Amino acid sequence: MSSSVSAAASERVAATLLRSRHLLGIEDLSPEEIILILDTAEAMKEIGSRSIKKVPALRGKTVVNLFFEPSTRTRTSFEIAEKRLSADTLSIAIASSSVVKGETLADTVLNLEAMHPDMIVLRHASSGACHLLSRICRSAIINAGDGMHEHPTQALLDAFTIREHKSRLAGLKVAIVGDLLHSRVLRSNVQLLTKMGAEVWVCGPPTLIPTEITRFGVRATSDVNQAVADADVVMLLRIQLERMEGAFFPSLREYFNVFGMTDARLKHAKPDVLIMHPGPMNRGVEIASEVADGPFSVILEQVSNGVAVRMAVLYLLAGGVEHETAA
Amino acid sequence: MPVVMDADRIGRTLTRIAHEIVERNRGVKDLALVGVRTRGDHLARRLARTLHEITGDEVPTGALDITLYRDDLMRHAVGPQPLVRRTEIPFSIDDRKILLVDDVLYTGRTTRAALDALIDFGRPRSIQLIVLVDRGHRELPIKADYVGKNLPTSFEESVQVYLQESDDRDEVVLQGGAA
Repeated sequence: MSSSVSAAASERVAATLLRSRHLLGIEDLSPEEIILILDTAEAMKEIGSRSIKKVPALRGKTVVNLFFEPSTRTRTSFEIAEKRLSADTLSIAIASSSVVKGETLADTVLNLEAMHPDMIVLRHASSGACHLLSRICRSAIINAGDGMHEHPTQALLDAFTIREHKSRLAGLKVAIVGDLLHSRVLRSNVQLLTKMGAEVWVCGPPTLIPTEITRFGVRATSDVNQAVADADVVMLLRIQLERMEGAFFPSLREYFNVFGMTDARLKHAKPDVLIMHPGPMNRGVEIASEVADGPFSVILEQVSNGVAVRMAVLYLLAGGVEHETAA
Repeated sequence: MPVVMDADRIGRTLTRIAHEIVERNRGVKDLALVGVRTRGDHLARRLARTLHEITGDEVPTGALDITLYRDDLMRHAVGPQPLVRRTEIPFSIDDRKILLVDDVLYTGRTTRAALDALIDFGRPRSIQLIVLVDRGHRELPIKADYVGKNLPTSFEESVQVYLQESDDRDEVVLQGGAA
């Protein structure tokens, strides 16, 4: 494919299949598998521009969207992706489910499985929830965000958006600024971007930088100007007040003054810098409105691309894989 | 491995088909070419060039990937998913006469998938089918309107079309089969 990423280190091509039947995290994916997903997503994106936005590929497949945490974007995005591929979908709102009656996650899912779905899209507040299910379920599990662990489809759609604009990932300087500690988006993005040969800088208050984050091969700093200097991409992360149990910084206002992304700070970045945010945004905290709505922002493109990327993941996992019995 | 069509033969055949298209449609008004990826796409673009040489008119040309419409998709319990490529039809097919182009017509299942896919893009006035090689063994009631070469084959044989754009040579080869 013409859009393959030309890494400085190696010329990589797309894999022909995904080795795992689940998508639990970026951790398990090879660079070649990532390219396969991104290339497939390019083909899927065209479907969204048709007048009839539907193809029959997943006809007869049942997908359960199980969201134990609030979500608008990701859940809607998965539902639209499933419908565009003609899958039968059902979304379970946790407030109206037996979970409120005390059922465990494993029991909830085993009961759903007894009705023979093909895939389960799971979002859960506990890191590792998807791994747990992948060991007890027959269905393919797709991680839609587990605790502070991973959010693989978000990282894939971020990479897709970057590749569309820069036509490569390798060699780009990507600065990720915000609440690093609580962010599963960070953990997925850091792994994906470093696997694809990007130079990743992470930046936030010292209290919000996870210890040993540099073991992923990234540079960490609390100097936002250093992180943003000559960056090709600046990715902002939400300050996750709901996950904070202590005082990590004095006030939101002080956070904005020191780390908030403003036009003035962006002057240090490359002239064609991309501004990204996985949403939901806290305007005036991690990002100024002038930047969020400015000419470099691709935040809404990220949302559009999310559907194409999730269609690619659903399609590639729906076929199953040769597990032990490789021909 | 017998070569059943060489580069000259393929070139002459496409020129002949282009003339047949102009004759049957009394020109190229309202026509559009849609090639089935990947080799039908190459053939469609060659036909567009020839039609331009003959008539001086441009015929809009698109490429169709039928993977997501295949009738064997998801029917195997395991196995890698076929690669999906991009469909590019940069014009409205509504009320146009569509010339659908493929390299080999065999069971007719690819054509069935292509027809379903096309209908999702709009309501063409008509669809005509162009194939470089018709090797027989239809499993569906489908027939080509323009045929480059009728090639009787056995089930054991396979027909390979190689084109400059993807394979660095123009050749149709008949492979395999009982000796």
